[in-house]
Amino acid sequence: MNHSEHTNTTWLFEITPKNKFFTLNLKEVWQYRDLLLLFVKRDVVTLYKQTVLGPLWYLIQPLFTSITFTIIFNNLAGISTGTVPPFLFNLAGITVWNYFTACLTGTSNTFGANAGIFGKVYFPRLIVPISIVISNLIKFGIQFFIFIVFYLYYYAQGAAVSLNAAVVFFPLLIVLMGILGLGLGMFISSLVTKYRDFSYLIAFGVQLLMYVSAVMYPLALIKEKIPQYAWMVQYNPLAYIIETTRYMLLNVGQISMLGLAYTTGVTIALLLVGILIFNKTEKSFIDTV
Amino acid sequence: MKDIILKAENISKQYRLGQVGTGTLSHDLNRWWHQVRGKDNPYLKIGDVNDRSTKGSSDYVWALQDINFEVERGEVLGIIGKNGAGKSTLLKILSKVTAPTTGSIKSRGRIASLLEVGTGFNGEMTGRENIFLNGAILGMTKKEIASKLDEIIDFSGCERYIDTPVKRYSSGMTVRLAFAVAAFLEPEILVVDEVLAVGDAEFQKKAIGKMHDISRGEGRTILFVSHQLGTIANLCTRGMLLDKGEIVNYGNLSSVLENYTTLTNRKELSYLSVDNTKDIFINNCSLSKNISISTNEFLSSDTINIDIEICKNKLINNASFSFTIQSNTGDYLTTFVKTIDELLGGKNINNFQVSFDCAILAANNYFLRLAIFDVSTFQVYDLQEMICPFKINDEGTDMSRFENVNYGYYNLKYRII
Repeated sequence: MNHSEHTNTTWLFEITPKNKFFTLNLKEVWQYRDLLLLFVKRDVVTLYKQTVLGPLWYLIQPLFTSITFTIIFNNLAGISTGTVPPFLFNLAGITVWNYFTACLTGTSNTFGANAGIFGKVYFPRLIVPISIVISNLIKFGIQFFIFIVFYLYYYAQGAAVSLNAAVVFFPLLIVLMGILGLGLGMFISSLVTKYRDFSYLIAFGVQLLMYVSAVMYPLALIKEKIPQYAWMVQYNPLAYIIETTRYMLLNVGQISMLGLAYTTGVTIALLLVGILIFNKTEKSFIDTV
Repeated sequence: MKDIILKAENISKQYRLGQVGTGTLSHDLNRWWHQVRGKDNPYLKIGDVNDRSTKGSSDYVWALQDINFEVERGEVLGIIGKNGAGKSTLLKILSKVTAPTTGSIKSRGRIASLLEVGTGFNGEMTGRENIFLNGAILGMTKKEIASKLDEIIDFSGCERYIDTPVKRYSSGMTVRLAFAVAAFLEPEILVVDEVLAVGDAEFQKKAIGKMHDISRGEGRTILFVSHQLGTIANLCTRGMLLDKGEIVNYGNLSSVLENYTTLTNRKELSYLSVDNTKDIFINNCSLSKNISISTNEFLSSDTINIDIEICKNKLINNASFSFTIQSNTGDYLTTFVKTIDELLGGKNINNFQVSFDCAILAANNYFLRLAIFDVSTFQVYDLQEMICPFKINDEGTDMSRFENVNYGYYNLKYRII
């Protein structure tokens, strides 16, 4: 009798058809932390192997995008960026925006890109999207460095650029951006496993999203010029992150506490929903992918 | 007292056939609607038995149905079955790659799987970097891997290439490296699926030796899937035979192996003449084992019986019959010739049996070549080549580790002096 009691209580783990409604399993993720680091290393090291310019590609893309934006939106369309040099204005927005899109597109492809390995071995699937967000953070760091270089250049040229005291909270803003990309990406990655339609949606949706995220114009401008459509930007949590970035780094535009609180709320909600649906998917996605 | 390390209760797995696409959404919505109302999944009630060759009526099949078993600590369980019997599905459920549709598995130890090794490799990274990456994927910490790095490199035999990107490796080297990483894992339960089928004979030997060490020496539990009966016989302590998603036989290894060989070739592999207008012809030829079990797979301890029926439309004198065993490349391995009169003894019957012990033949695939001809004129009345395929399976001899490697056709009765 004692023995049967013993056998009922000492199972190390149990495999069942469904996960509990909400399991974070952070303990397991922690056990696999070395894998997380190795995935980050793999992503960073292998991205530009067998290219001549290597990590320079990280820099070329935002620089040329900024130049294009400056020519089209500032010189041609005449969007005013106030006292701040338009190039720097665009570069700040694009650098942060790039981090978001890299996180979103990377994590939304989690199951598709890793179907081979997911089909063979088990490890906490959450490791993959987290590693994508972290490795993109390194990429962001490099791009942010080039922003600083140009910042100093313009500063030396005597342009009217200055930091806002709130810049000390800038890392928090980036974390918020990463989590937003992670949550949305996990949400979409789970849907993509069954309905491929979402991968097409992501491809062009991200492009459109940029235009309503105040990347190449100040938030105040859209309210002034086309107030009837301004709600599209005002309800977009990304717009507040980008606007706040410029407020912190360039001291232009406005900071909206309400907007930031709204963004944080949306981010946390998206993360929770993302984890929930990701957990539900990871158990059986291999049957539907 | 039995020390049960793994226990599976009522494991079932359902798959949807056909394309996932249109119709998926409507089924999903219907499933969700049942769930909302607190009812059971409506699609769990339906589903055919998983028989790949016949047309079923349902879009859903059960890849596994009501699987119950217990594994004791230190046991090496060999899982066999035909293609599509559910072996890999079972291993996938055990290694948490996919979830069962119903039922549960309880375990007292970490389970690590060695399913088609090398999938976690990144071609751009060097062998050394990949050892760390793959080890971490399999659940090792960086420290654990670092402490075993030298052993792993040594076991893989890829030392010279260890700092070269893996994309430059030959496929064999990739497998060697991947197996080496997995072999130095230390889970309580190791799940192995057909990995030994790749790699050369030398490496297969090394790998099986390592598996021996793991199970016998270190007392860890192994679940092993293979089509190579010899390897199973050599390595495993118990067996499980799956067919169409259900356990057919579980427990005693030799009874499981025996059951499998009779199960595999129910399909007509005998010869039946289609042209009955010849003067004299071979009408029928079929193989059976021992007394009457019709099969085309034999163990080396079996006796093969070959039933041959000869029909005549005319009275032919001086006709002879030749019997040849062919290799799977068509080479003639051995032949005997008898006159028809000798075989049928002039009696009114038209069938006879050829019988021989399998022990003389090595584990391999064979065919028969039967002919009726005139010895003096060499006129051929009937000739059938490459018919009645049959297979000899190893029963755990020293040569079993080379099973599925074509190492010859005969077992030499040799002496070492």
